[in-house]
Order: sequence, then C-alpha cells, then structure tokens
Amino acid sequence: MSGFRLNLRDGVGTALGEKSINFMFDGKSYQGRDGDTLASALIANGVSIVARSFKYHRPRGIFTAGSEEPNALVTLHSGGRTEPNIRATEVELYEGLVARSQNRWPSVQFDLMAINQLVGKAFSAGFYYKTFMGPARKGHKATQFWWFCELLIRRAAGLGRGTSIPDPDRYGRMNSWCDVLVVGSGAAGLTAAHRAAQAGARVILCEESAQAGGALNSSPDFVEGEPAREWSRQAVVELEALDNVTVLTRTTVQSYFDDNTFLAVERVTDHLAHKDKNLPRQRAWNIRARSAVIATGALERPIVFAGNDRPGVMLADAARRYAVDYGTAPGRAVAVFTNNDTGWLAARDMARAGVIVTAIVDVRTDVDDDIRALGEECRAALHTGSAVTAAKGMRQVSGIVVAKYNEISGEIGSDTKTIACDCVAVSGGWSPAFHLTSQQGGKPSWDAELQAFLPGEPIQRWHGAGAMTGHFGLAKAFVSGQEAAQAALADIGLSANNPSTDAPSIEGDTIDYAPAPILEINAGGKSFVDLQHDVTAEDVRLAHREGFVSVEHLKRYTTLGMATDQGKTSNVTGLAIMAAASNKAIADTGTTRFRPPYTPVALGTLAGEKYGHLAAERLTPMHDIHVELGANMYANGPWLRPETYNQPGETVEQAYIRETKTVRAGVGLVDVSTLGKIDVQGPDAAEFLNRVYTNGFAKLPVGKARYGLMLREDGFLFDDGTTWRFDENQYLMTTTTAGAGRVMEHLEYYRDFVWPDMKVALTSVSDEWAGVAVAGPKAREVLKACVTRGSVGPRALPFMGVKDAVIAGIPVKIARLSFSGELAYEVYCGAHWGQALWHALMDAGEEFGIVPYGLEALSTLRIEKGHVAGPELNGRTTPHDLGLSGMVSSKKNFVGSVLLQRETFSKPGRLQLVAVKSLDGQKIRGGSHLVAGPKSEPGRSQGHTTSTCFSPELGCYISLALLEAGVERHGEAMFAANPVRGTHVAVEVLSHHMVDPKGERMHG
Amino acid sequence: MAKIIKEAGELMRYSAFAILKNALRGNKDWTPAWRKPEPKASYDVIVIGGGGHGLSTAFYLASVHGITNVAVIEKGYLGSGNVGRNTTIVRSNYRLTPNSGFYEKSMELWRELSHSLNYNVMFSPRGVLNLAHTPGQMDTHAERGNQMRLMGVKSELLDRDQVARLNPGLDVSGSARFPIHGGLLQPDAGNARHDAVAWGYARAADQLGVDILENTEVVGFLKDGERIAGVEVRRNGERQEIRADKTGVAVAGNTGRVMKMAGVDRLPIESTVLQAFVSESIKPIIPTVTTFGAGHLYVSQSDKGGLVFGGNIDYYNSYAQRGNLPVWEEVTSELLAMFPAFARLRLLRSWGGVMDMSMDGSPIITTGPLDGMYLNAGWCYGGFKATPASGWCFAHTIANDKAHRLNEAFTLERFKQGNPIDELGAGPTPWYH
Amino acid sequence: MRLTCPYCGERDHQEFTYRGDATAVRPPIDNTSVDDHNSYIFDRANPDGLHRELWNHTSGCRSHLIVERNTVTHEVVSCEPVGPFAEQLK
Repeated sequence: MSGFRLNLRDGVGTALGEKSINFMFDGKSYQGRDGDTLASALIANGVSIVARSFKYHRPRGIFTAGSEEPNALVTLHSGGRTEPNIRATEVELYEGLVARSQNRWPSVQFDLMAINQLVGKAFSAGFYYKTFMGPARKGHKATQFWWFCELLIRRAAGLGRGTSIPDPDRYGRMNSWCDVLVVGSGAAGLTAAHRAAQAGARVILCEESAQAGGALNSSPDFVEGEPAREWSRQAVVELEALDNVTVLTRTTVQSYFDDNTFLAVERVTDHLAHKDKNLPRQRAWNIRARSAVIATGALERPIVFAGNDRPGVMLADAARRYAVDYGTAPGRAVAVFTNNDTGWLAARDMARAGVIVTAIVDVRTDVDDDIRALGEECRAALHTGSAVTAAKGMRQVSGIVVAKYNEISGEIGSDTKTIACDCVAVSGGWSPAFHLTSQQGGKPSWDAELQAFLPGEPIQRWHGAGAMTGHFGLAKAFVSGQEAAQAALADIGLSANNPSTDAPSIEGDTIDYAPAPILEINAGGKSFVDLQHDVTAEDVRLAHREGFVSVEHLKRYTTLGMATDQGKTSNVTGLAIMAAASNKAIADTGTTRFRPPYTPVALGTLAGEKYGHLAAERLTPMHDIHVELGANMYANGPWLRPETYNQPGETVEQAYIRETKTVRAGVGLVDVSTLGKIDVQGPDAAEFLNRVYTNGFAKLPVGKARYGLMLREDGFLFDDGTTWRFDENQYLMTTTTAGAGRVMEHLEYYRDFVWPDMKVALTSVSDEWAGVAVAGPKAREVLKACVTRGSVGPRALPFMGVKDAVIAGIPVKIARLSFSGELAYEVYCGAHWGQALWHALMDAGEEFGIVPYGLEALSTLRIEKGHVAGPELNGRTTPHDLGLSGMVSSKKNFVGSVLLQRETFSKPGRLQLVAVKSLDGQKIRGGSHLVAGPKSEPGRSQGHTTSTCFSPELGCYISLALLEAGVERHGEAMFAANPVRGTHVAVEVLSHHMVDPKGERMHG
Repeated sequence: MAKIIKEAGELMRYSAFAILKNALRGNKDWTPAWRKPEPKASYDVIVIGGGGHGLSTAFYLASVHGITNVAVIEKGYLGSGNVGRNTTIVRSNYRLTPNSGFYEKSMELWRELSHSLNYNVMFSPRGVLNLAHTPGQMDTHAERGNQMRLMGVKSELLDRDQVARLNPGLDVSGSARFPIHGGLLQPDAGNARHDAVAWGYARAADQLGVDILENTEVVGFLKDGERIAGVEVRRNGERQEIRADKTGVAVAGNTGRVMKMAGVDRLPIESTVLQAFVSESIKPIIPTVTTFGAGHLYVSQSDKGGLVFGGNIDYYNSYAQRGNLPVWEEVTSELLAMFPAFARLRLLRSWGGVMDMSMDGSPIITTGPLDGMYLNAGWCYGGFKATPASGWCFAHTIANDKAHRLNEAFTLERFKQGNPIDELGAGPTPWYH
Repeated sequence: MRLTCPYCGERDHQEFTYRGDATAVRPPIDNTSVDDHNSYIFDRANPDGLHRELWNHTSGCRSHLIVERNTVTHEVVSCEPVGPFAEQLK
C-alpha cells in the first residue's frame, strides 16, 4: 500500500487540525497532523505493513478505521507504561508518541516466524489436538514431550510483550446515575439524547471516539440544509449546554449488567502529550440508568477471497473515512469490491476527495442506475456480475483478479482479468453492533433481507435505534432515535415535550443497505475469515468435516472470533461459510453470545481506585504508640498489629520470649482493641445470649463477665469470647478479631429473621472502645497505682468481675479476665482516650517493670495455658474436640445444640486437642503433622499442630495440636513431621493445660 | 484399555504423521471427531450431561468396565457447560484426606490422558503456587503441604525470594498492602486445555461405541415402580423415551433442575454463578498458576498468551451464565495487588458458568438417591481438575453399584451425619466455599 | 443487580450480604428434632426461577430484606423488610 496525504481542503480531512505532529514508529520519525490516528498517519506516510498475524506471521496492514480493527496491533510506550496490543486505528496522535510493531523477529518487514506459512496446511484448525503427544510413557514422563513442545509454542504465541515494571499511572472511578443513558452519538443517538433531554430527563451520552457525531461526521449528506457534520457539531454543542446532559467522548460503554448497570470506560489523558498528574489515565464509569437507548451503529464486514489479508485490503467504509475524515488516500490506485450499494458510495466519496478509484467490482448484476452513476462519477471501470477471485502481490496488494460471477449459482467465470491496484476496498454489507444487548442474553434474530443479525427482544430496559436495529441511513436513524427516546421516557414516566416534531430533513444519495447474500468467493487459495487468528475459510470447512458444526464448536475449534477483536468483522462471514457447508440457512446456525467487554479494557481501569490501594489498613487507637516503640508491625487480616517490640539486636523469637517471661514474672500490657465488641441491650438480651451461646448466660450476675462459646447450627465451633453484664438489660459481647464481622451478621440474622419477636438491640461498638490487657502477677499493683476511683482489690474485683473505674481522669471499664493464665485485667475506654490510657498504664507500671507485648507473646502465653484461638477454631472442631464439653449446657437449647448431638461427634478417633513438646530440643515448626514413624518412614498423618511456640515456662518448644483420640494418648512419644520445612521432631503428647492447670494464678 | 482404543481408532488415529498426510491431501479426508447417532430404544447405562464428567464417565465405563452400550445425553452442544468455561487449573493440593486421595488419582490420570485418549489435552504441569501473606498463613500452607507429602503428593514451601524468582512480576516488596511471605508450590500441577478434554473424551468414548446424543434434553424420568428406568427426552422438537438399566446424573449447575424431574426436590446444593476472565494475548509473563492469599484470586497464562483468571463466585443463587460488576472490580484489584505491572494489560472477555455449590465445598459421587440412579454433583468451582477421577470413580460406582474407596466419603448423607469434608472450615453456607 | 432497601432506597447489590434461601426456616428453639434441623440446614430447593431469599444491607442500615428474585433472569420482583421493625416499614 502506498497511501499518501491528499490535498486538504473543505470536505477533505475534516477531522484534521492545522498542527504538525511528530511521532515514532519502529524507531523511525514521522510527521502527522493534529486529529490523525496513528493508523491514518501511518497510511499517510506510506507505511503499509504494520503488524504480523498471530499464527502464520503474515504481513498485515490496516483493515479498518475503528475499534473493530483485527490487524493493526502495536505496542505503545515503554517501561512501566508499556501497552501491548493497542489498535493503531484508535490511537490519537500526539507530539512525541512512540509506537512499535510486535510479534515479529527481527522486524515487521522481515519476520523469520513467517516460516510458519510454509507448513500452513498442517497448521489447520485444531491440529494441535492431534499431535505433540510424543511417545506413550508412564506417569510423569507421559507429559514430557508436550511440556517441551508447549514451551516453544508459548514463546511463539502471544502478541505483544508485557512488562514486569509496575504501572506508575493511576485510575479513577465515577459512580453515576441517569434517567436515560444513550450509547452512541450518531444520528440516532444524538436525536435520542436531544429528545430525552428536552423532556427533562437526566441524560448521559457516551461516544467511543474523540468526536461525537458518528457517521454524520463523514457523511456526504446535508441535514436541515447544512453539511451533516456541521449539523452534528451544532447538535452536540446544544446538548453540552444543557444542565441535565453529560456528554462523554472517548468513552466506550463496555458492559451491560443486571438492572441497567453499565460499565463505561473514559480515556482521560491517553491522547494528551502533556498529561495532568492530577487526572487518572482512565476512568471507569459505573452508570445506573433507569432506561437506555442503544445506538451503537453497525460494523462493516468483508467478502472473503484468496489473498484477502494482504496489506492494502481494507474495508470500503474505512477507506472512505481515511480519505474524507483524515485526508489520506489509502492507496495510489484503489479498487472497490462490494455486494451492496455502500461500496459504490465509498468509491464516489473517495474519488471526490481526490483518490484514484480504478475499478468497482460488484457481485450483483442488477445495480440501480443511481448507484451506477456514483461509479461513473469516479471514472472507474465498472464490473458488475463479477467478483474478485484473488488479491495479487506478496508484501502488499499489487492487483486483483476479476472474473464473471453468477450471484445465484455462485459460478465463477473462467475468463479472468487482472487489474492493477495497491488497495482493495471491500464491502460485504453491515452487521449491527448489538454486542451490549447480546451480553444481557437478548437472542439475536437473522434478517434475510438485510443479511444481518438484529438484536433480540429486550430483557432489560433498553431501546435500540439506528443501524444497531437495522435502521440504516440517516433518515431512518433520526426517526428510530426519536422513537427510542420516546420509549425510554415512557419507561421512566416522562413524556416528550413536543413529540410531534418531525425528524430533520435530509438531502443526499438514496442507498439500499441490503447486500447480496454473498460473503465468500471460493476460487481456491488461502482466504482469511478471522484475520488476527489466521482462521481461513478452509479451516471453517474442516471444522464442519470433523463435526464441529455448532456455532460454539466452530468458534472454539477454529478460534474464529476469539482474537482481541472478538470477531467483530469476521463472525458473520464465518457463520455464512459454515451454513453453506452444512446446507443450512444462517438463521438456523444461530450466532454466539457476545461476552463483555465490548473492546478490551485495561485491568487498571477495572480496578479503578483500588489499583495500588487494595484495602484500607485498620489501625488501633494506639497504633502511633506501637510505631514509636519500634514495634514490628504486620498485616493481620485488615489490621496492622505489633508482632513484637524488639529491642536493639533482638530477633523476633528473642523478643517474644523476653516479653512472655516479663509477663509471667512481673507485668506486661497488650493492645486488644481489635477484638470485636457488640452492645447487646433489651429486655430479652439475656435470653438471646442464652440462645446463641452454648453455656448459660441468663443467670450471669450484673458486674460479671463470662467466657462463652458459639456454634454454627451444624454443631461446629463458630467463635468465642467474653460477654460482660453491665446492667439488667445491657451486655457487652466481645468476639475474636477475625470473627467480629461474621458474629455480628450471625446475631442479626437470628434477631431479624429467626426470632423477630425478641426485644433485643445489637450494635457493633468495636471501633468505639480501645482495649488494653494488663497481665502478670504485678498487674493489680499497676492498676492500684493508677485507678483513681473504684477499687481493684481481689474482693472488689474478683476473677471475671467487671467494674467502672477512672484512670488518669479517663472513665474506664475494667474486667478481670485472663487469656494468658496470669492475674490479668482488660481495661476498656473510649477509643479517643486509648493513647492516654496506654500512657497512664505504662507510667503506673514503670516501677513494676511493665513491658508492652505483641501478638507473639500474647499467643505464647495462651498456648502455654492451653487456651484455644483461631487455629483451633478451624471450622471443623466441636467443643468436645477441644476439651470444652463443660461449656456446653445440657439444660437449654441453643444454636447448634441439636446437631451437636449427632452420633458422629462422640465417635472414637476424632481429632482432639492436646499439646506436644519437643523432646530433642528441635523447634516444632508451624504446620507439622503428628506421625508415628521416623523421617524415613513417617507413616500416615494422625493429627497436626495448630499453634506453636517456644515455651519459656517449660523451657522447650511446644505446640497445641489436634490428634486422633488425643485425650487418651498423653505421654505417648510421636514425631512432629514437617517435610516441607525439613524438620522431624521427636515429641511427647501432653495435656494442653501446661501452665497452672488449676488456674491458681489467674484466680489469685 | 490402550489396546481397545488402538483397535477402534486405528482408522483416524491422530498423530503428526496423520496431520502431514492429510495436509498433503488438502485436509479433505478428516472425518467427524465423534458420530452423531440416533438414540437407541434402550441402553445399559445412560449418563445425563455431556460435559467433562459425563463424557469421562462414559469413557471409563467403556474402557475400564467394558460397558459400551452407553448413551451420553446432552441438552446443548457437547461441552457447553462448565468444562468449556473454567480457568483450566489442574491440581491436587488438598488438606483433607478424602480430597487429597481423590484428586491425586485425578493427577495420575491427567498425566497420561493425552495418550489414553489419543487427543492432546495439553496437560501442562507448570506448577500451582499459593501465596502466603502472614507467618500464620505460611503455617497453614505448611500444614497442607505436609499433608500432601505424607499422601505422596509433591509440594514445596517457598520463601519470598524463591517466589520472586519464580514469578518476576510479583510485588514482593514489604510495602505491599499484604506483603508476600512465601508460598506453597505443587510443582507438577498446572493447566490443561478445557475444550480438548471434552472433545478428547467424546471422541475416545465414541470410538468405543458410546452414543453421544447432543441437542437432546432430558424432560422427565421413566420409572418401573420406584426404580428409575431411563429418561424421556426432547430431540428435534419431539419427545421420545430412552430406557436404561442405570441412569447417572452428571449435570453440575443443573443438578437441581434435573433431580426435580426425578422427584428429588431438595439437595444439599445451591447453584451460583462463577465468572472467569481472560486478557489479551501477550508473550509468556507468568510461568505458574498463582493464587493470591489475602483474598481470592487465581491466575495463569494460556498457551495462546491470555491471562486467565477468576476469583469468588457471585454470591447469590443463579442459573444465568453471566455475572455482575462487583466481581470484576474485586478480581482485577486483587490481581493487580499481586502483579502491579499488569495494570495496562487488557481484559478481553469474561463469562459465567453455573456452579453446583455443595454444603461443604466437596463433591458427591454416589449411588442413589433413587433406585437405578447415580449422582455426580457438588463440584463447586473445582470440577475441571476432577474430570478424570470423577468419571473414573463414577463409572466404578455405576458398574459395581458401590462407591470406590476413593469416593466412598463423597456421599449425599455425610452432611446430615455430621461428616462434612470442609477444606475451608466455612460451614454449611455454599457460597462461602 | 439493584435492591430496594426500605430505609435507604434502591442500591447496588454490592452493598448487601446474601444470606440465602429464605424458605429455610429454623425450627423453634424448643424443637430438638435432628431431622428438622438437618433439613433446615442442608435441604435446598435451589429453584431455577423465582427464589425467595434473604439479604442484609450490611454496608447500609443493616436491615434484612426478603427478596424475591428470578435466578435465571436476575429480575428482582420484590424486596420486603423483615425483622422487629418490619411492620412499621410496610
């Protein structure tokens, strides 16, 4: 192809501005114009080969002028901004743009992988299912041959190259609502938007390209006496001026979800040379529309013939648009091949713009005089009742072979004639772009007159208009746009202000859009249906021979329509060839469902504001203090929590051992603010708690706390925690940190749905309270030193007692609870006083040697004590399994009580909670399994460790564990096997009550 | 087994030689991959569901048990269900003994499957890596990895540096929101080509005499007294009866629909939609299947070059093969948290499949629940990797009227008996598995 | 999908937590039949078509709704409040 820039004048280069733009392609500098796409600029610079195809690496040029482009994929930018597989037809040119070709080596002009073409016939559809299996071998070896082939295939496949450097740009999201969403701003969409807006509806109008107006922008027609593009520009200006209308250009409506929720993608800065750092690169619009007008137009499709993939073959309307919009001749001599009137129109418009049209070939014999006159205006050779049987040329088109063609019998004449040309502009008719409605499951129907699928009946609130519904041409588009707007307004209970307004008047050529039903000229030679995936007409017929005749099998077996263009220009052609092979009508073969999105969407855009910010970090009120103290913070679910407070030179293990020892011998404090807290109030609060906990709560005295277990209905443990009774009808329930949300939901379910008659109110107060646990034999001394109102003596505040007090002027609740097994208190205050409370406790504790301790020490203390936590409450254990049968009341019914009685839960051999200690000084690593045998022959797993640590108290490594019939096996010697971590430790099974089994310390 | 296939398939045996020979003849001599037979009046066994599990059941009935008078009944085109809409992951990295045994059997069959079927299913043992983001998660991964080792399954616990070497695009920095501590690798797990599995089983079963009846919808069951005696189908718009001694049901997301026709109104299964996603093709960028540990996201790269990924189900009950927007946002943001370098790669296509979510996340392969009937269901969204073992065990169960040791725990009664096989410990809430 | 909360109005389903089949009703607290409880927990009609189900507006007012929804088309037919305040809202 040897495209070039035409003489720009009125009506030629309507999209172009005045400015010259410098850009690079494959390392070479070129000049384009403001308003060019990368595609139009490359054509204008005479660049013909811009890409290589997926399978055969055949040279490819530019085929379309829009987002349906199958061929011209390039890579933009470099480093973290590298963007592969971008369609050159959609890239707006800007100063300094850098693009390069892809999927070629060493260059797009000369690609060694093109050797694949030589064995083209062996690379037929589905060939890879039939080979690469290698010799039949046993076990792992059976896959070796394929594994080797696959590595090579993977390297050859793929299109562009990604990067491993993070994308430095950011992405945005806009949540929005409207009465009427109008998709597409052509004649139908503009009219619909106007009418809906005039009726007072809130309207969002989305246009995929940079300029609203659609086909109006390059139409030769006059609207209301003005050139169509002038009329459309004025219409857009009017719309933009209205307060109730949002016009979004460069915005593609990609997906249609339930209840009229749409995803649109706005390209915010992609087209700018100087990008404002405050703006996102792209923005995802989540649009909820009460009703929608879908006016997405139609896509031209080709006729398939031999050599139809050579650079220089392009769609006729694209060729026309390059000439009219971009002032670019697609070639020095253009031949048009068509089965319908629009090809003639394209020829005429090109000729008017200054392009030399050498020939028009039409498969139809019977062409109206009006249409023939368009050809005559071009001074082209007219070949009706003829077909292009092949495109000649190697690296680009050098000519076409034309023969007589009988459109009824499909017979091809034997006399052929070669016509020299460097561009073939092909039109096989138009396929309505009903992708959005198809995503929603509307079943398309075949229209034999238009030779096109039309969208099916709406399932949701949308109304089609314009070419999308087969209303081709401006006149029909205007009327159908108005009708669609009326229908959309009716959906939302509005009516048009002035429904009788006539559609705008139009002067122009009268064109019949119905094509002859001919989409393939089968005269032998390689003819391509899916250009990007190199699916040929023969591949389709092969699929038929092999029984892959259903449209879905055709797609999957040949990969037709599965390339990055999703078959926008190839689906119908493929179906036509399959229908012909099966002697069926296209209507009976059906079509595949379009899957969202409409065009590929950057993953960053879909993540939107979450790119780089996956989840909020939850911080406790004392977070800053932990950081100041040099705590080792780590992500624990949504929370950031201190693991240990390392002193200089200490390892994590040394730190937690020191912290643990200090608590056992003196006193320590730990931030427990993350625990879930639920305020439970009401006359039925006691009974409610009685029903959701396994143990009794009805008789819990005011001023006391109780440890409680919750089950799921199937009898397995769900959560645990303490609940404190403040008053006759008021409780504070605490949950595990991880369980905070799900316990709240669990309780609300019972309150709202199961027992709505119970008078109980539930409020999550997790964030309202800060909590600090003070633990150790000196804990009481510390509190005594800082509590200014209320007594914390053993009689005033016995074990499990709760009382109000004041510390450093801060009102607090103190509960004498112990997770560590030591004398311990949990002190809660309003979250905003958390830091002050912490400081007050630290100050008071100074003389007693108080230390802050982190999660590792907290865990070590409770493991030594044999208290269970998350790893033991794994969703597969019952209270009986964990030695907590005593917590299960037999005097009442509660959630889970019935199914907990099932026989299986008392069968011998269940996993039961025990502890193990290392006998040989080796560390018991997390995730070990308990086995009977030595490392060489471990035998089967009989259980596993759950929570491991070094126990300063026992002076060895210990772990809680779940062991088959564990309770009966105390004293047994086993091994803690951890092959993935390379350890195998001799252990002894113990009771999990390792420290102070009688509880004298915490009761003291 | 190999011998039977060899005899039956000599005519159109697939091989490199066959491809070249046919290419020279213009590919005119290829014949249909499977017949399109008319139904017989009766069969020894009917398998309802022409998806992966139904087809593999038919293949193993014929090849292992010598039962070849078998029909597979499919209401749409063959493989139109989940076998053609999944993310193609094949693994056996399970924690609980019934699962690890069963899925490892599947792995054994996967390894030789292309040869067993004379169809390249492209089983690619590229490794499945589960990331860990806390020390606690490293421990639970170790616990699972050790279970695998003790069951004879390969597994490796990798530290952060090893993970980074394996997957250079991963964000292994300490500043990540959920920093990566390491991961559990099953080195010989990986992917297979989903459609090829359906077509390969279909072709191989067909060659052994199995009738595959596409576009044939079961509309009712025949009964001899209380015993299921076959099915009534609608085919080409007409109803007809097909009798069978034994009727197996393997219809995944449609289990509720089909079992209702047999009078089984309630099951421990709910149908939900799972979406899957594929990006545009790019050159190889991630070598293994990789999963995110601080959410739910799995990603691998197809041979064609697309990143294939998915995450949670859309939680609500659904029979629609399409999902909604929240999952798109969730899935992509988790993918980019792992691989921030993928932000400019582009989503090409998404689709949905209907999942038969069981009450514990594990499957059901059993005799019953009615006389003359056999049920294979509850695959949640892990059915693809199970395809070979599921068919193998289901065929055994149908042929012997008794579960094999490998599927004896996968009963329908286990839920009510209190013996769930609950990998996640999520309880009887299907959409949490 | 969009659900209409009686307090908050029409919202994306993303704001709600799905809580499953609303025809599964827990036996009364004094019912100790294992079969009844098993049936409540494990037996699901799982219809293709209208499904009566429970949702909670977790990211909003946290009220529960009984939603009638078609599982094939996802069409929401009705959203009714449930719970101690449901009567006042109707």
